Amino acid sequence: MESEQLFHRGYYRNSYNSITSASSDEELLDGAGGIMDFHTSEDDNLLDGDVSSGTNYTMTNGGNINSSTHLLDFLDEPIPGVGTYDDFHTIDWVREKCKDRERHRKINSKKKESAWEFTKSLYDAWSGWLVVTLTGLASGALAGLIDIAADWMNDLKEGICLSALWFNHEQCCWGSNETTFEERDKCPQWKSWAELILGQAEGPGSYIMNYIMYIYWALAFAFLAVCLVKVFAPYACGSGIPEIKTILSGFIIRGYLGKWTLMIKTITLVLAVASGLSLGKEGPLVHVACCCGNIFSYLFPKYSKNEAKKREVLSAASAAGVSVAFGAPIGGVLFSLEEVSYYFPLKTLWRSFFAALVAAFVLRSINPFGNSRLVLFYVEYHTPWYLFELIPFILLGVFGGLWGAFFIRTNIAWCRRRKSTRFGKYPVLEVIAVAAITAVVAFPNPYTRQNTSELIKELFTDCGPLESSALCQYHNEMNGSKVVDDVPDRPAGPGVYSAMWQLSLALIFKIIMTIFTFGIKVPSGLFIPSMAIGAIAGRIVGIAVEQLAYYHHDWFVFKEWCEVGADCITPGLYAMVGAAACLGGVTRMTVSLVVIVFELTGGLEYIVPLMAAIMTSKWVGDAFGREGIYEAHIRLNGYPFLDAKEEFTHTTLASEVMRPRRNESPLAVLTQDSMTVEELEAVINETSYNGFPVIVSKESQRLVGFALRRDITIALENARRKQEGIMRTSRVYFTQHAPSLPADSPRPLKLRSILDMSPFTVTDHTPMEIVVDIFRKLGLRQCLVTHNGRLLGVITKKDILRHMAQMANLDPESIMFN
Amino acid sequence: MVFAGGGSRLTHLSLELSLPCLATLLLLLLLQPSDAKNSEDVRCKCICPPYKENFGHIYKKNVSQKDCDCLHVVEPMPVPGPDVEAYCLRCECKYEERSSVTIKATIIIYLSILGLLLLYMVYLTLLEPFLKRRLFGHSQMLQNEDDVGDHQPFANAHDVLSRSRANVLNKVEYAQQRWKRQVQEQRKSVFDRHVVLS
Repeated sequence: MESEQLFHRGYYRNSYNSITSASSDEELLDGAGGIMDFHTSEDDNLLDGDVSSGTNYTMTNGGNINSSTHLLDFLDEPIPGVGTYDDFHTIDWVREKCKDRERHRKINSKKKESAWEFTKSLYDAWSGWLVVTLTGLASGALAGLIDIAADWMNDLKEGICLSALWFNHEQCCWGSNETTFEERDKCPQWKSWAELILGQAEGPGSYIMNYIMYIYWALAFAFLAVCLVKVFAPYACGSGIPEIKTILSGFIIRGYLGKWTLMIKTITLVLAVASGLSLGKEGPLVHVACCCGNIFSYLFPKYSKNEAKKREVLSAASAAGVSVAFGAPIGGVLFSLEEVSYYFPLKTLWRSFFAALVAAFVLRSINPFGNSRLVLFYVEYHTPWYLFELIPFILLGVFGGLWGAFFIRTNIAWCRRRKSTRFGKYPVLEVIAVAAITAVVAFPNPYTRQNTSELIKELFTDCGPLESSALCQYHNEMNGSKVVDDVPDRPAGPGVYSAMWQLSLALIFKIIMTIFTFGIKVPSGLFIPSMAIGAIAGRIVGIAVEQLAYYHHDWFVFKEWCEVGADCITPGLYAMVGAAACLGGVTRMTVSLVVIVFELTGGLEYIVPLMAAIMTSKWVGDAFGREGIYEAHIRLNGYPFLDAKEEFTHTTLASEVMRPRRNESPLAVLTQDSMTVEELEAVINETSYNGFPVIVSKESQRLVGFALRRDITIALENARRKQEGIMRTSRVYFTQHAPSLPADSPRPLKLRSILDMSPFTVTDHTPMEIVVDIFRKLGLRQCLVTHNGRLLGVITKKDILRHMAQMANLDPESIMFN
Repeated sequence: MVFAGGGSRLTHLSLELSLPCLATLLLLLLLQPSDAKNSEDVRCKCICPPYKENFGHIYKKNVSQKDCDCLHVVEPMPVPGPDVEAYCLRCECKYEERSSVTIKATIIIYLSILGLLLLYMVYLTLLEPFLKRRLFGHSQMLQNEDDVGDHQPFANAHDVLSRSRANVLNKVEYAQQRWKRQVQEQRKSVFDRHVVLS
């Protein structure tokens, strides 16, 4: 009988106790695990007291206050707003999972009642797939929009297509027959600005005019982007991946994945990429996809009301984001698993894969690039590689690791300076300055003037007979009579040497500018600039090795593998390996990076060089610092992120970390039935703790449960409005039955429904290793510390993070949020 | 509210320059006669490298996919009869398709959304304070500035519970005010206190 009442009232918190646990304290003591140590005298009093209240309980009709409250409890509904979280607070994973299981049980139990209920249960089961499909569709569509618009606006800096204004340069000359083999972009329909304004296409005057227009458009786009971000959605700036990692680990940032952020991020991402800044769009695409996932999950109450379930959808959405960015669905799922998500159950794996496939399919059918490929730099290679080439590949890995460590250090130092000094007060000016410097320095060098994705594609493409760029101007010694498929190693012509110079300058420029660009107040990603840096370095090394093989083909290494007159070295492969090494060095991705690059290139042939380079870059990078760029930004911002990859190896005990410490004010606790509304409000107003343990009484500090501050305030407000007779001197009780009160006292307030009856407890001698493990594995927010059965203190996630920072000799005050 | 005095002049100038540019682009896009027929959206592109005395050349033609090879596309054939096979072996022919309607629609959608946002931004930053000042006087405007910051616990609870109460008339106004407050909070965290997203 009692158990049924508990069940019908929808108690979410009792799922860990058995449903049959009655309300008397005696059974509660048995059920809570063997932590308690009995002091018989006090227990007798307690048991006696409960026996007496038990006899009250059996009366269902009567004139006294106790039984009337008992009747009203039957009609008690859950208070609206209880169970939600404040902004910048951590969620309680255990509570959310319990809520979800309870909901699922309720639906399942009603399933057999009627056809309508059965349909509802089917809808509930399938709503997960529906959310994920909608997210994939939206992500694919938005990625298509971003790609097409970014391409067009990028070329707007150069000129305009007069016959069809909406075409970019390549599309404008698509149908024209005036393109030549050497100049594949020249066609009369495409007019550069100098041609339109001055009337002439060549000459120093037109060069200067083009320069001025380039700078003007770059500045205009950057300025528009930062203005839109500042006015409409300040959360739309930056990459988004560090914040999404923190959100997925259980943090709440309201508005970060909202409609306005989505719209502004999409629009300003196009503007930022088009302004020529040294940034990419992969990280922001993950943010855009997660916004879509969040928005769609609000259509289904299963996901909108439960923060833990929502994060499953967000994991799937981030997989879809990476999948459309790179055209790599499997890589996207692995990226979500490795980099972004915190808890990744098997169900999420399947759903993430589905979301990534749907998104990739939608993007492919929009067909933004006209060649049915998802990414601009999809290259297919079939040339073999040789064992001696592992040495330059490992060298490229070392370069990638070194660059990654250097970039992380300098970027964090720069961001810290921006955060703490006056320099950070002028974000708009900063963006304009960075865009101006980038535009001024980038225009003269043809490799930095063009779109970074096109640069990467050009570097990845090997020089065959069909290529005519400056990078491929070798001296052809063979006459054209022999039909050759692959071109043998040849000495470099002057075009190649000048290209090498320009590429070196481009490399230095990109290395320096990316440090200042990542983190400015426009959407900025990191993947494309790092891949560009790696590709440039790789291509330079590749050409160097190629020329070395040509001029010194009698050396032992080359004689073994390279024949004279045969194709030996492919510099394009070096560019690819370099790009992967640099990206791995800065983000410290492992599996996901290998799979992304192998999906980009379409072949398993190059797995060994890629893995060698990526592993080397990770090891070299780890030698300088264990964090990737995203973890470093999380630490810079002070987010409460308990990294699952770090190990806690110190031998401290729980009593050394818990609050209150020895010299602090005693623990703020609530008693289970001896406080009034006035006292409760005083505790809440005077302290700033997020939760309060509830104990039996001040004499025996035995634990009853834990109540959250937000829930208490909402319940008190609700009681003031809805229930009559609650006054400041009303007694507040957390027990099942009201305490015995004199007859003229005001109506007591029952707050049992907001009490968490099953808080996690550890003893004070528990090693911190185990405590940290419990927090990580269960997703706890706080944990109570008991000594000999009595409540001693509280450990929160923030305390653990501060303790870890202290142990690592960092500033513990840098952990800021709750 | 958003821009200080000196910055607003810069704002005006840049907005005046870029808004009409984008507006004219949008107008021209819409007024373009859409003469791009579907047949212009497919092509077969053959790239032929230099061969003997001939320079490299690119040939394009609208043919179907089964006809996309060197013999159909390369016209006029630059080499005499016996050399055609050798020439064609070096050429690489690819069939490509694009959708110009999709591209046009996307660009128009994007530019219109961007234009609307710019107009709204101009309205919010320049016109609305001006209008409000004219209609209500100074005191009301000051009152709107200093509201949020306080973290009183019961004020938050009040907020949560009173969300349902609003009649239709000022629902839009209420929603807009709430949105503006949220953006103000976000702006404070990101730009002023550098607490998030630095």
